[in-house]
Amino acid sequence: MRTENQRAWFFVLPVLALVAFNALVPMMTVVNYSVQETFGNNQFFWEGLGWFEQILRSDRFQAALGRQFLFTALILMIEVPLGIIVALSMPRKGIWVPVCLVLMALPMLIPWNVVGSMWNIFTLPKIGLLGYFLNDVLGINYDMTQQPISAWITVIVMDVWHWTSLVVLLCYAGLVSIPDAYYQAAKIDGASNWSVFRYIQLPKMKTVLTIAILLRFMDSFNIYTEPFVLTGGGPGNSTTLLSIDLVKIALGQFDLGPAAAMSLIYFAITLLVSWVFYTLMTKDDAE
Amino acid sequence: MAQIKLSNLKHSYLPSPQGPEDYALKEIDVTWRDGGAYALLGPSGCGKSTLLNIISGLLTPSEGQILFDGRDVTALPPDQRNIAQVFQFPVIYDTMTVGENLAFPLKNRGVDAATINQRVDEIAKMLDVTDMLDTRASGLSPDNKQKISMGRGLVRDDVNAVMFDEPLTVIDPHLKWKLRSKLKELHQQVKATMIYVTHDQTEALTFADEVVVMQEGEVVQIGTPVDLFERPQHTFVGHFIGSPGMNVLPCEAKGDRAIFEGHEVHLEGPVQGTGGNTNLGIRPEYVGFGETGIPAHVTKVSDIGRHYVVSAIVGDTALKVVSEHSAPEPGSQVFLQFKPEQSRVYRDGWIATEERGT
Repeated sequence: MRTENQRAWFFVLPVLALVAFNALVPMMTVVNYSVQETFGNNQFFWEGLGWFEQILRSDRFQAALGRQFLFTALILMIEVPLGIIVALSMPRKGIWVPVCLVLMALPMLIPWNVVGSMWNIFTLPKIGLLGYFLNDVLGINYDMTQQPISAWITVIVMDVWHWTSLVVLLCYAGLVSIPDAYYQAAKIDGASNWSVFRYIQLPKMKTVLTIAILLRFMDSFNIYTEPFVLTGGGPGNSTTLLSIDLVKIALGQFDLGPAAAMSLIYFAITLLVSWVFYTLMTKDDAE
Repeated sequence: MAQIKLSNLKHSYLPSPQGPEDYALKEIDVTWRDGGAYALLGPSGCGKSTLLNIISGLLTPSEGQILFDGRDVTALPPDQRNIAQVFQFPVIYDTMTVGENLAFPLKNRGVDAATINQRVDEIAKMLDVTDMLDTRASGLSPDNKQKISMGRGLVRDDVNAVMFDEPLTVIDPHLKWKLRSKLKELHQQVKATMIYVTHDQTEALTFADEVVVMQEGEVVQIGTPVDLFERPQHTFVGHFIGSPGMNVLPCEAKGDRAIFEGHEVHLEGPVQGTGGNTNLGIRPEYVGFGETGIPAHVTKVSDIGRHYVVSAIVGDTALKVVSEHSAPEPGSQVFLQFKPEQSRVYRDGWIATEERGT
């Protein structure tokens, strides 16, 4: 009988220690806060699942969650089809390929708070170029600091501007990996453009598209910086998404218990939706 | 089904070609009769795939015409030429079942469901894939995938020609001959003109009634497998076909004799023309050992099972001899005898001797 050499485990220890330190310990702290109540002086009292119940029942949380789902659904519905269309219309070879790729990558390279500031300045009525143009040239009543609808449109457009490129680049990578023979065979088989898309391009893009949608779901569901810088969650609470609300509770009101419970619920929802989505998208391949 | 005629065909991938070296196809004039099985044989980069894509309509030639039964189809797109093409790597529609794959070309042409079902069943039977009709095509083995892509071409009853672009590249060796004989069988059943592109001489010679040998964008010889073996028109054909290929030995031409390393060699007939670079071409199979003849020194003997391949040196020139039953020892001195009716002189690569009696 051979004895297995177990020494390899030692190589994993540093990573394990690091992960424990920067993920598990803070996470357990949050769990710890979520079941206790404090009135300062570092005194804590057992609260059980009370905070979870309070958060789940609160109108404020439900409203923020609703806004969050609406936001994510809207940007996915715009960014995924738009990304596919842009990827399909990009050149596959020639000198324009690098130009297109760099242009596409640019928005993603800009720091998130800079994106927020840019769009804030760009869209402010009177001062901002877009704000001025819409109000004073086109005569459209637009003010994202005052009107919830304007604010929503601005937040959505900003996210589409910032992140559609991710979908484009991933889909493009899937498209260029399709051998020419597929297109030639389709031509000979007399397939229409729609059939080529439906039976060749879409199936070949499926894997990367799954990743793209998953990434865009998680990122948009956890979005904080850009809308916070742009609207600060306003006007009123109209663009207060989950993470913005969470920060308000945790750092604004310093309600550590409810904030901790809310983060855990938030985390669980993100994980659950991602898992369900991933399982559904990959179910076909397993068969 | 149709007769295919290529007339003065030239193609260059450059927008404004200058000299002949800019052309991928230099000047092709070929007629293929209806229902024949043809092979395009040549090394990689000789233009055979370019020619195939021009016939199928995926490429438009720079000059010349393609005629199907006398009708000029040069400007027609692939789907209006009624041709089928099987590619190097099997092309199948992953999300469809085998049956849907086979039905796809008919569906696109608006054929009614009953006819589609009937044709798909027929073709599936022909290809032995009836039991797979309802399985997803993505999980099939490469040889079955290649069968399906072939089937998509055969399912249409209006195909003028079926073209194969090195279709056995990704197939396991032990399945290659199986698929090859399937092809041959299909050809006898459907009687469509079939054009098979390959760089493998065995594939070309077993599949085709007639082989077109290409080199650097030119057709060097068109003939039956026997023609190509027995009387190569160009040293390239002699060398490319056969294993080992034809011996190409520098010589001087003199009437109906060749002087090779100071020895006189009788030829199949008188030599035409003068000047240029002359070579003596003879296949290793037609060189024998004897009591007299051209003295040679044996350098190596390889036993390849069916026969021996003997490497020898005459003067400074190395040549190969194929011997059926016995072979001399390496290092020994032997006398070589060249079969006169199989000894020919090539001038600048092209055959220069005349066949006696014709």
